[in-house]
Amino acid sequence: MAEKDELSAEVKERLKSEYQKPWRQELRRALSVKERSKIPRQKMPERPAEVRIKDFREVNLGLEAEAARMEARRCLDCANPACVKGCPVSIDIPSFVKLVEIGEFVLAARKIKETNSLPAICGRVCPQETQCEAVCNLKKATGVPVAIGNLERFVADFERQNGEVFIPSIPPPSGKKVAVIGAGPAGLTVAGELAKKGHRVTVFEALHVAGGVLVYGIPEFRLPKSILKAEVDYLERLGVEIKLNFVVGKTATLDDLRAEGYEAFFIGTGAGLPNFMKIPGENLIGIYSANEYLTRVNLMRAYDFPRYDTPVLKGERVAVIGGGNVAMDSVRTAKRLGAKRAMIIYRRSRQEMPAREEEVKHAEEEGIEFHFLTVPIRYLGDEHGRVRAMECQRMELGAPDSSGRRRPIPVPGSEFTVEVDLVVVAIGQSPNPLIPQTTAGMKVGKWGNIEVDWSTMATNMEGVYAGGDIVRGGATVILAMGDGRLAAASIDEYLRRK
Amino acid sequence: MARIIQRKKLVPNIHLLEVYAPEVARKARPGQFVILMPDEFGERIPLTIADWDAEKGTVTSVFMIVGTSTAKLAQLRTGDEIPVYVGPLGRPSEIDYFGSVLCAGGCFGLGAIYPLARAYKQAGNRVVTLLDVRARYLLYWEDKLRSVSDEVHLVSRDDQKLPQEYIPYRLKMILEQGGHLDRVHVIGCTYLMATCSEATRPYKVKTIVSLNPIMLDGTGMCGACRVTVGGATRFACVDGPDFDGHLVDWNELYARRKAYLEDESRSLCEWETRIYPEEEII
Repeated sequence: MAEKDELSAEVKERLKSEYQKPWRQELRRALSVKERSKIPRQKMPERPAEVRIKDFREVNLGLEAEAARMEARRCLDCANPACVKGCPVSIDIPSFVKLVEIGEFVLAARKIKETNSLPAICGRVCPQETQCEAVCNLKKATGVPVAIGNLERFVADFERQNGEVFIPSIPPPSGKKVAVIGAGPAGLTVAGELAKKGHRVTVFEALHVAGGVLVYGIPEFRLPKSILKAEVDYLERLGVEIKLNFVVGKTATLDDLRAEGYEAFFIGTGAGLPNFMKIPGENLIGIYSANEYLTRVNLMRAYDFPRYDTPVLKGERVAVIGGGNVAMDSVRTAKRLGAKRAMIIYRRSRQEMPAREEEVKHAEEEGIEFHFLTVPIRYLGDEHGRVRAMECQRMELGAPDSSGRRRPIPVPGSEFTVEVDLVVVAIGQSPNPLIPQTTAGMKVGKWGNIEVDWSTMATNMEGVYAGGDIVRGGATVILAMGDGRLAAASIDEYLRRK
Repeated sequence: MARIIQRKKLVPNIHLLEVYAPEVARKARPGQFVILMPDEFGERIPLTIADWDAEKGTVTSVFMIVGTSTAKLAQLRTGDEIPVYVGPLGRPSEIDYFGSVLCAGGCFGLGAIYPLARAYKQAGNRVVTLLDVRARYLLYWEDKLRSVSDEVHLVSRDDQKLPQEYIPYRLKMILEQGGHLDRVHVIGCTYLMATCSEATRPYKVKTIVSLNPIMLDGTGMCGACRVTVGGATRFACVDGPDFDGHLVDWNELYARRKAYLEDESRSLCEWETRIYPEEEII
């Protein structure tokens, strides 16, 4: 992700006034840029690979307070902080980092929460190396950026663990009802923002647990469910009502909700139908979409079968198709479920892989095999219809395509067969079809994504806004949350104008 | 949470479940299903809606005990709460005036076919109902089905007074004897739906089947329920559950439904050992 061209005047003003505060000036003088640059990046403590592959507990352990303060000291507190431009929601990064440096961890957490309501989550799942940390001026100088993501995680955890989570005072009720559809990162963000403005917010969630991809997709070893639960509890304390097991489009349509007095809507229904490659044998038993595989294990807790009733097929030789975060989550899950060989099959090379750097590193440490420039072309089954092997083809990289990455081209005659007993297809998904299918007049793009005005996140329908994967196809948690913030501001303005 | 209004054994292994779920009852249409979890450890299982009452806010399903989650469900009593009950899901069946419609059901499908027969009847069709039971004592809802049918055929394999035959033969016989059918709608086990589709194929009678693949989320997110129809992969939860029986890849569906057979029996064994069923549920 590139640096944003320009920050808004409001953000610039906010950054400047914080930058000029006397304590910040003093702190800048306390240690020279040269001294700061010499401090090594503080290592995130993590559980050893051979231990962690035996369970689903979190891999990273989080920085200790002293290490966090040391890391914060590395930040040069630049007059023109590029990191803020690298952040999709323009968090005032220097301010929170400097608060860490002086040991004001709770204030640091609140500083982040001015612009990002879910820092414990973003600190864990944001691709910092392509956002804030990619453009950090310290990186330009020394090659090693400030560990912004680790610090974000640290302060959010500190605030939560010390019972310091602050419930803002809510203005008097506006008397307006807002329906948020989907309790994923986008929807939860909208709900929190609008509740803080005094609107009555109901979140409608189809599944039996709130969190969307954060609960069914991202595994416990990367994002513990207890953190998500704390965030959802926080929203409920803000007065947000969460209605689980309610499928908007089926249990009630948008129009039904309008008739019930909801005046504004946010659609954050996220990923829908998983994409498959449409190659022979793809419906054999033992071939999962990543969504299904991860949902069975994370949401339905198949890793604890038969205590939980939902089973998941366990493979000895598992191939995961794709190179994104979902692929990494799937392959590391397979390893934890006992796979002897857990393989990533990716059609491009390592540098084009969209997964977070840390996930790739962790996967490598855990003994995941990476097969680059390889693509499956056919699956072979046994007499029971179960997958037993896959035929692959080698690829080479040609000229860059529309995504800017070099296009993979099949190498003729390079076919070979790999024995597999479980395959997870993690090549993305199309937006969820339910709302567009059941809402007459909603404008959708050619991939089934809801079309919005990007400056407000408004759809073509009065009072209806949308954001996250239902608009973007397949993106990140932070972009969904960014959409949520923008949509919440637009909805608030819409309701006041109304 | 959905409170159980009634849970009773209809016939051995087949139970009725009526719950208070006013939001589902308000929207339910023939052919749709709900997804429920009997307890917080359960699987998300789809059950076809067999009846509903929008005024009372109740929804009824008929289910067969096939694994741990359904066995748990069969243990619940009036007044108990089901933690997860969501719906109505899937596309409603296409109900219109077609002329003469044959509704065929077997096992849990005797219940599931009822709202369809009723809807076809209300749309002005002549409704022929074909009921399949393995033995006469497994028949239920006969009166209910008769009340919405112009003609009822019953096949079982133990009653000396009835033809000893399986349902597709009777279907074929009706067609061979010149009974004109404009549409056939079948709900039951995969075998029943597949064989009925084969029976009508030579006569080119449009045959709708309500597919029952394994599901997980039921809202189009996971792809567990994918089936091949007319050579293309479709998702039963959002594209179905109704499909043209002549276009379904039945062998694939048989195989996919059996994907977890070993796990399912292991789970059921362990559950039965752990919690010896309080009352005879079978």
